[in-house]
Amino acid sequence: MNSGKFILYTVVVLFTLLAPFIMPDFKTQLATLWLMIIVALTWDMTGGQMGYNSLGNIFFYGTGMYVAAVICIALTHDVGAYTNAFSDQVYVFSNAEYFTGVMIGILGAGVFCSVCALIIGYLTFGLRGPYFAIGTLGVAIAAGELVSNWDWVGGGQGISLPVFPYDLELGKIFFYVLFAATGVLLFIFLRWLYTTRFGAAINAIRDDEEKAEAMGIHTLRYKLTTWSIAAFFIGVVGGISAFQLIHFEPLETAYQTINLGIFMVVCVLLGGKGTLWGPVIGAIVFHLFKEVTWNYLLGWQWVALGALIVITVVYFRDGIMGWLMSVRPEWFGIRVEKKSGEAMGEAGT
Amino acid sequence: MSSIIEIRNVSKNYGGVVANKAISLDVEQGTITGLIGPNGSGKTTLFNSIVGYHPIDSGSICFEDREISHIQVQDIARLGLIRTFQQTRIYKAMNCVENMLISLPHRKMRFLEAFSRNSATDFENADRLLEFVGLYEKRFLMAGSLSFGQQKLLEFAMALMNEPKTLLLDEPTAGINPTLINGLIDRLLRANREFGITLFVIEHNMRVIMNLAQKIYCLAHGELLAQGTPGDIQNDQRVIDAYLGAH
Repeated sequence: MNSGKFILYTVVVLFTLLAPFIMPDFKTQLATLWLMIIVALTWDMTGGQMGYNSLGNIFFYGTGMYVAAVICIALTHDVGAYTNAFSDQVYVFSNAEYFTGVMIGILGAGVFCSVCALIIGYLTFGLRGPYFAIGTLGVAIAAGELVSNWDWVGGGQGISLPVFPYDLELGKIFFYVLFAATGVLLFIFLRWLYTTRFGAAINAIRDDEEKAEAMGIHTLRYKLTTWSIAAFFIGVVGGISAFQLIHFEPLETAYQTINLGIFMVVCVLLGGKGTLWGPVIGAIVFHLFKEVTWNYLLGWQWVALGALIVITVVYFRDGIMGWLMSVRPEWFGIRVEKKSGEAMGEAGT
Repeated sequence: MSSIIEIRNVSKNYGGVVANKAISLDVEQGTITGLIGPNGSGKTTLFNSIVGYHPIDSGSICFEDREISHIQVQDIARLGLIRTFQQTRIYKAMNCVENMLISLPHRKMRFLEAFSRNSATDFENADRLLEFVGLYEKRFLMAGSLSFGQQKLLEFAMALMNEPKTLLLDEPTAGINPTLINGLIDRLLRANREFGITLFVIEHNMRVIMNLAQKIYCLAHGELLAQGTPGDIQNDQRVIDAYLGAH
């Protein structure tokens, strides 16, 4: 690691640790920023690195929320009775029960979602290009509708979870730390993964899947593994979100296909597909843009957001990192053809 | 000598078009076998049938005495039967070395080994093979920026990186500068002799195939027209007629 990178990583780590104390009024915003970074990074695993544009990753977010909530409740109470309780019935969670529920719920959500990804992936990875995108979108929409009609998990009302048992400001830091820790872990994991043979193999699938098959790469195995790892992390942040939001409902919060489900794609396109830092930068820029317009352009915020999406897709297809790579290839160790032409096999017709 | 690829009565129709009709041929272990024929005679269809791109209508294809006509592309590739494409296929957004490293033989790798970085030996092999095809100087350039001929050479090097037992080459010299074709013939011969790879080659350039192959099969209109040594084929009136359009 050279000194430039060392300084960069030091600054990022320091900022990550100190941000909630430097900006105490923005703790929840910062936690949401980490959520955006994580969903963008996981979307890029399949969309950017492997060339499978999923519009259904929000399925794992919503499912993660529900699984975490159900696990947390089921550890101490009857789920059906809890979700359908009236105001006179009060369910109490001790501190120990709460934190056990949160931890097991979050991990359980991750594991459940990665198993879901294996099953859905087995069924949908035969689809290519836009068909895969629409197929996965269908899965997410269908899941939202199914869950909103399932009384055992609260139907359309969703689920209310116990509140953080100590000071609520401390609670905000608690959730910030959970999100940030997951994000840092994911970033370090991907930074390593993309340098392995595994990373090369999924890049090969993106660039020419038929060629990869013809060279004997186990394409389905790689695709399933990649999506399943991505789903684990999305499930985990879905679980964290469930406890952070306290109350959530199926269509607008959990399986929010048109909000977070699209935002994660926009973040990646904005930052640069198929790069390690692109999704991170894209998520930060997107989140800032969104919060600024939501505060200062109220009434026009969706128009501004739509304009950002259109401009990104039309003029900056390669995103911020892609643009940097084309302007400054030497920063990324990409070498450009020198005019020599000594090697054998000089151009034919 | 035993046959490594054994094709018996293979037929393939596309709707009403007969692409291959009852073709039988053998590729012997360790040799170079040629497949020639006029445009549209079914050469590439036969290649696609062998490597599993589409199911055949009838007949049998064996690789090392194992029936492969019903197994999938990736599984056939993992038996050590690798093909190159007529329209060259490489990973354009990666440089040559990365292209080579992706082509490591996955059949010799356990899945968990994918979660490790490439060893120094892998890098040495990649460099050695790029040197072998004459692309060493260009190894850090994006594969997509190479000329078509260089991309063909890269694809050939990638196939060698995969350590195949048998390599099916679809027009290896098409698009390569005529003055450099001799160098390529030499490399194909060396791949056969030094690495012990059986080659099965589709080629339009008669000078190339006559210098390369020990045995040649000629297709016309989807049927096997003639077979024999390069000398036999060159003097076979039916082959000459097929190429001049007498049929």
